[in-house]
Amino acid sequence: MPVELTAPASAASKSALRLPGDPDIWFLIFAELMTFGMFFVAYVGYRALEVDLFNESQLSLDRTLGVINTLFLLTSSWAVVTAIESARKNQLKAVPRYLALAIALGVGFMVIKYFEYSAKFAAGISLTTNTFFNFYFALTMIHLVHVIGGTIVLIVLWSNARGGKYHAGNTRGLETGASFWHMVDLLWIFLFPLLYLLR
Amino acid sequence: MPAILLNPHRTWLILIIATAATFWVRADGLVGITAGAATLAIAAIKGRLVILDFMELRHAPNPWRSVISGWLMLVTVLLMVVYAFGPSLLAGVDKP
Repeated sequence: MPVELTAPASAASKSALRLPGDPDIWFLIFAELMTFGMFFVAYVGYRALEVDLFNESQLSLDRTLGVINTLFLLTSSWAVVTAIESARKNQLKAVPRYLALAIALGVGFMVIKYFEYSAKFAAGISLTTNTFFNFYFALTMIHLVHVIGGTIVLIVLWSNARGGKYHAGNTRGLETGASFWHMVDLLWIFLFPLLYLLR
Repeated sequence: MPAILLNPHRTWLILIIATAATFWVRADGLVGITAGAATLAIAAIKGRLVILDFMELRHAPNPWRSVISGWLMLVTVLLMVVYAFGPSLLAGVDKP
């Protein structure tokens, strides 16, 4: 594949407006955001009908695990941002390293979710327990599917980065995957307070 | 300036502090509807930082920047309104 001999994207973006990654990913991101936005509003709407039930059910969630998962996703997003920054500076060895950190944190999120679900199932709580848990399981499971998909994308990027594919002249694929991963982070930024904290 | 204080590393630091603040608000800070509104406001601020600095939409052309920022604003306002006024407005509605 020919290498583009253009100025680094970071130098160009100081003045020019620029959408990161493939424009197509932004249509997907917008569709996902609209869908989840409706889920979020539906959640507070159903909560308004049964405030006491939602407040009581929420107490059985482990807030500490929720916070840890929030820190995992925020830091994972930061690692991906830093990987892109490294590619733009042609620090090619740093790119796969930061992506590996991002992947590890994504897997950490899944492991914690596994423990959370196991504890709920062991306590006899499931998707059909009540309206709160309908939402809790449905929303976190749909989100988890996105975490898994996003982590697979990061693994592909990591593999490419190890081959030296991403550098100042080529960050497009990296930015496309990164934008999706930040969306997964953005969705959790709302899911966590809605499900675990809002009373 | 040390590298940690530059975007997007500074953004990460603010996001971590904001997460701790949310936890404080909920654990023993505020109570009732004030706490709920503060929790949603912090989520909105975090969302804005992710959109502008992590997704890099701060330097993106319109309509993308406005569309994604607009989504955040719309969702935040709807959540706040339904959270604050929903219980009284829907008081007579049958439970599911």
